[in-house]
Amino acid sequence: MTAFEVNGRKVDLEVDPRESLLAVLQDRLHLYGTKKGCDHGQCGACTVHLDGRRVVSCLTLASQVEGREVRTIEGVAGEDGTLHPLQRAFIDNDAMQCGYCTPGQIMSGLACIAEGHTGDDDEIREYMSGNLCRCGAYVGIVAAIRQVAGPAEA
Amino acid sequence: MRSFTYTAPTSVADAVAAIASAGPQARFFAGGTTLFDLMKLGVERPSALVDVSRLGELEVIDTSGDDHLVFGASARMADVAADPVVLRDYPVLAESLWRAASQQLRNMATVAGNLLQRTRCPYFRDELYPCNKRRPGSGCAARDGIDRGSAVLGTGDACSAAFAGDWPVALLALDAVVDVVGPRGERTVTLADLHVEPGDTPDREHSLAPDELIVRIRVPVTPAGRGSTYLKIRDRESYAFALASAAVAVTLTGGGVVEECRIALGGVATRPWRAYAAERAVTGRPLSAETARAAGEAALAGARPGNLNAFKIELGERTVAEALRIAVERAGR
Repeated sequence: MTAFEVNGRKVDLEVDPRESLLAVLQDRLHLYGTKKGCDHGQCGACTVHLDGRRVVSCLTLASQVEGREVRTIEGVAGEDGTLHPLQRAFIDNDAMQCGYCTPGQIMSGLACIAEGHTGDDDEIREYMSGNLCRCGAYVGIVAAIRQVAGPAEA
Repeated sequence: MRSFTYTAPTSVADAVAAIASAGPQARFFAGGTTLFDLMKLGVERPSALVDVSRLGELEVIDTSGDDHLVFGASARMADVAADPVVLRDYPVLAESLWRAASQQLRNMATVAGNLLQRTRCPYFRDELYPCNKRRPGSGCAARDGIDRGSAVLGTGDACSAAFAGDWPVALLALDAVVDVVGPRGERTVTLADLHVEPGDTPDREHSLAPDELIVRIRVPVTPAGRGSTYLKIRDRESYAFALASAAVAVTLTGGGVVEECRIALGGVATRPWRAYAAERAVTGRPLSAETARAAGEAALAGARPGNLNAFKIELGERTVAEALRIAVERAGR
């Protein structure tokens, strides 16, 4: 059995060694907010936090998360449904069109802010480059992260 | 995907014992960013994975020593890139890390696993095509195919796939070594001896035995670190593999003459590529546009282009020249 926490909830599952964390989140735990894009670590749609750090869940073996804490997009809003400021900022700044990449963008954006990689907009672009948006909402995504991170450094 | 067993030993000794008992098709597994990816494609088919990504003893980063910077094998690329001494005194190392992959992948990938990253040649990654690296003797689909990304240095008749990494190129320029543990004990391998050219056996990419585990990387402390850069040229500004890259580190005399110079190339060669002739072309002289260009030409002198990648020769030359300019400017501060 593999025991770990997802959004503060303890889970204990029999996993196939071949299963990715992404597959377990979707197929076993029915948490469909985390999206499968390329399934090869190239698009960032499946980004989650593992012990507080952003990773791509498609290239994380489920077996590797034994004893660790996973946070997905379902764990971002308040328990009463109040949106996180970054979720609100994505709406305010039209930071999406189709929305498929958005959970990954938000998980990556939260980490980008926490890491302090928001000194200027070029730094945000560099540290968000692992999250592709085929609708091309990049300008809004950078603006949303800027809104939450505060003004650029002089 | 072929089924496999998964074990997560808690010490280096247990990991080495586990790989020995798991048989010849067992593999060490760390960040998973290359190996799990290739397993999904059927390119890698291990029978057993021995997970070394959570061995605390291998996660140490120690940049305080007088002789070497020490990076534990399982230290993450993102953590080494953020080390204050690396950022301040070794921009070539920091840039080679933060200009690679994405922050998600750098949070996963280990600094030792990254040394053994496999090529991104599209034919290697696709079972539909012949590939001498993936299936020895099957042929090379890139030869008559889309070889725009292929190497121009260190190529052979069997394979011209480019080495994809950045950090190993920077380490090669700084004369790093790796310490390796296996059933026969511990040994040290220089970066220069770690990777091999494809020759007739492109499936063999390095000089380690399957049961040997890299436990740490050591980089000799050098003042050339401050006058250094890793310049990476690619199709887009971020999150792409190098078409051409140059790791350059220099020291200057008081009069602005290049005293010591190290140059290594990425993106253009089948392995991390040290350009000794280019180093000699600038050592003992002040850097000018002419000497920088001459160094670039010396670095690519032996290049053999394929069908669509001849552009990498001039691109490589110019990348070396520009990296020299940046490194000398930093050394002069």
